[in-house]
Amino acid sequence: MSTVERMAGGLGTWLDDRFGVARGARKLLRKVFPDHWTFMLGEIALWSFVVILLSGTYLTLFFKPSMHEVVYHGSYVPLQGVQMSEAYASTLDLSFEVRGGLIMRQIHHWAALIFVAAIMIHMLRIFFTGAFRKPREVNWLIGNVLFILAILEGLFGYSLPDDLLSGTGMRILEGVLLGIPLVGTYASFFLFGGEFPGQLLIPRLFTIHILLIPALMVALITVHLLLVFYQKHTQYPGPGKTNRNVVGAPFLPIYTAKAGGFFLIIFGLSALLGGLVQVNPVWLYGPYHPAQISAGSQPDFYMGWLEGALRAMPAWEINAWGHTVSFSVLVPALVVPGIFFTVLALYPFVESWVTGDKREHHLLERPRNAPTRTAIGAAGVTFFGLLWLNGGNDVIADKLHLSIYAITWFTRFALFLGPVVAFIVARRICLGLQRRDRDKVLHGRESGIIRRLPSGEYIEIHEPVSVEERYVLTAYEVNRPLELTDAVDENGIPMPNGRVHKVRSALSRWYFGTRVEKPTPAEYQQLTAGHHH
Amino acid sequence: MSTHDEMTPGAEEQAAPSGPEHTSGLVPRDEVRGRHARAVDDIVPAVDGVVIEADDHEFAPVERITPDSTVARTYDDPFPNPGPPHHEPRRTDVDPRAARRADRQVAGMFGLATLLLIGFIVSFVAVDMDQMISLPLIGKIGAQNALFGVTIGGALALVGVGLIHWARKTMTAVELVEPRHPLRSPEPKREEGAAAFRQGIEETGIGRRPFLIGGSLLAALGGLLTAPLVLLRDLGPLPEKKLRHTAWAIEQRIVYENTNEQVKASDMHIGTLVAAHPLGVEDPNRLAKASIFLIRLDPSEVKSQRQLDWGYQGIFAFSRICPHVGCPVDLYEQASHHLLCPCHQSTFDMVDGAKVIFGPAARALPQLQITADGEGNLMAKGDFTEPVGPSFWERG
Repeated sequence: MSTVERMAGGLGTWLDDRFGVARGARKLLRKVFPDHWTFMLGEIALWSFVVILLSGTYLTLFFKPSMHEVVYHGSYVPLQGVQMSEAYASTLDLSFEVRGGLIMRQIHHWAALIFVAAIMIHMLRIFFTGAFRKPREVNWLIGNVLFILAILEGLFGYSLPDDLLSGTGMRILEGVLLGIPLVGTYASFFLFGGEFPGQLLIPRLFTIHILLIPALMVALITVHLLLVFYQKHTQYPGPGKTNRNVVGAPFLPIYTAKAGGFFLIIFGLSALLGGLVQVNPVWLYGPYHPAQISAGSQPDFYMGWLEGALRAMPAWEINAWGHTVSFSVLVPALVVPGIFFTVLALYPFVESWVTGDKREHHLLERPRNAPTRTAIGAAGVTFFGLLWLNGGNDVIADKLHLSIYAITWFTRFALFLGPVVAFIVARRICLGLQRRDRDKVLHGRESGIIRRLPSGEYIEIHEPVSVEERYVLTAYEVNRPLELTDAVDENGIPMPNGRVHKVRSALSRWYFGTRVEKPTPAEYQQLTAGHHH
Repeated sequence: MSTHDEMTPGAEEQAAPSGPEHTSGLVPRDEVRGRHARAVDDIVPAVDGVVIEADDHEFAPVERITPDSTVARTYDDPFPNPGPPHHEPRRTDVDPRAARRADRQVAGMFGLATLLLIGFIVSFVAVDMDQMISLPLIGKIGAQNALFGVTIGGALALVGVGLIHWARKTMTAVELVEPRHPLRSPEPKREEGAAAFRQGIEETGIGRRPFLIGGSLLAALGGLLTAPLVLLRDLGPLPEKKLRHTAWAIEQRIVYENTNEQVKASDMHIGTLVAAHPLGVEDPNRLAKASIFLIRLDPSEVKSQRQLDWGYQGIFAFSRICPHVGCPVDLYEQASHHLLCPCHQSTFDMVDGAKVIFGPAARALPQLQITADGEGNLMAKGDFTEPVGPSFWERG
């Protein structure tokens, strides 16, 4: 028995005497985790969150969340003698007087960017592979909430230094709040403690940023992971993999080593970026002043789509009965994200209703095998992407020497047309890929070998695909639309909820109407038999 | 599925079993198939060519959904599942020298990480914070910060890569197969759970007087929720008319934004645009609304009579706060007389009452009536006649 084993044994005995851990240990420690590179995306989000917590805790040791005005006397020469808030001054001190302060600030910021980006890509993976289907709808919802919290957390976090760039963001936030009908002015006065900018915003954002939202996120991430653990991870269809098993590596040691190593790599990458690549250099922006502004201001990337929506919206405001409703603000800042997040959250339920599929799913779908879902996703990505690009319309106009108005007009139309085109194109591509898979199974892969037949004809030799590949290419479901056979029963009584059923079957036809049938073994035998002749 | 009889599309599906799925009037056209849940508790390593937990039912649809199965249909794969792929031994599994080399590589990475950590401590104490270095691609950056990044980042990443290398090269590589059971409890267990819950509720006796006790409890809890709302009342003052007024008043002198010196009409040349604010106003809260810009134009070019009337010798004062969401408008193009908000590109026509000609702003920039005192210093004739800045519900 090695020393390591003896020590582990001792610890195990100690723990088991008190907590009875041995009972579940075998199942837990050897729990199987499927492996695939796309399963790392969520892990990137998780590990960057840990990096954010660690680096953020360090920052709180030096940052002063105060809007009290002071005159700067630190070592950054261009700002010496300038009036600024204590929040901004302490950020400068953190960056220029504290050894390691700058890298921690930059690690924090880089990790936050990685965090939100990883969440987005992780969600795309979940969406396009159908991992949100029963029984994982709740985890999808938790993920959605985490996504929204991450965006808010980022916005509030980068606003804390009270620099000119982020202060302008807060001013826009004030304008958006004011635009909310009925309660907007109250919301704004309560958040800012009076009129903009007031003296209270930064300390309040600080509490929200370092306590309220992180606590919520830690709780939700814990539930998120527990559910993944308890419901067991999904897996891609493949040889030996079924809806009734999990194929992969054991939690200890392979998964532990890989996940632990991956955490350290994410941390290391954040540290390399924090040391070598400057991010959010607030000293260049200057302290916030309500009468100042810099051109070409860009928020962090995850706010870009909302900024783009604000920029794309045409002027529209109504005044009636002594009240003002500013759709110029309401639509882009509240309606668009409201609809976007609602559709995103409800999608699993809508899909299950339209398809009538209430079964448990543990095998993922290849995006091509769910053409309508993939097309819907492509439309959503296009919509989001167009908004995001329009958020940088001034930068695009400047770099590409285009008219900023032309770009905005393009966006206004493209926001409606683009998703439709993306939907059609994506669905066609999916169906095309399905047909190619079908051909591959039935006719084999193109070998690149050209043979000349005695008749003088040239043909390309097709090689049959392996048994494994053939299985992967055919291990999916071809769904049929729900059919409404009789709206009226034999006694002439109309079916209850007849109209709802009609809508549902129409949606179902739209969803599954166009499809590519899987090759059947009979077709396969017929064709392969033909080859051998 | 008891309700789907009238809808069942094909005769062969008539035999489809009843179960929890498809409770509405619609069913998929192809049948719903079920299979028995299997009780395999052991985690079994995959053996070459053998389908773990494969039985006759594994890939063949079974007619009935058993009560403890919610997996109503397996994937009706036309080709049989070939089972886990053949396990290929790694080089390190068969060649002891390769295994030893992998061990050395792992230990090397861990060792290098320790060296980098020492480098980090050295750079912490020995490198000056102000020292700059130039790096290719990155440019000129702080030397100490860059060293921190390389040393800590490198050390962390090396330990990480080392761990993964270890897992990939020499840790036992075995694909395990674990069975997955339906998440839903078997029917008897569900009954038991529901019964326990019913019993618990029954024992409270709430069924006897649901409205008296239950209703008053809900009302009390709901009422208590208002307490935090009341407590939040003092987060800020009420808006009242605060958004309607600014620091401008009659004979309020105008000073330059940057220098705080009074603006003389004679200082302004045609085409000049300067930011300004009321004399003596330093409070950011008041500046946030009172910020203006002054512009001098050739009066013959100005189309709006009101603009001319409210100006002074071709000098006009407008609010700088964009009526969209409140950014200070700033980018002036002399040739076209267009003023652009840098945030969302609302564009205002400065020779036509600052009317909006593009972008999301729905209103012209409010104009401030100005005149000059005996010494030629510009001053306001009063406050703005309308609220400045973003729209709000009570604006009207």
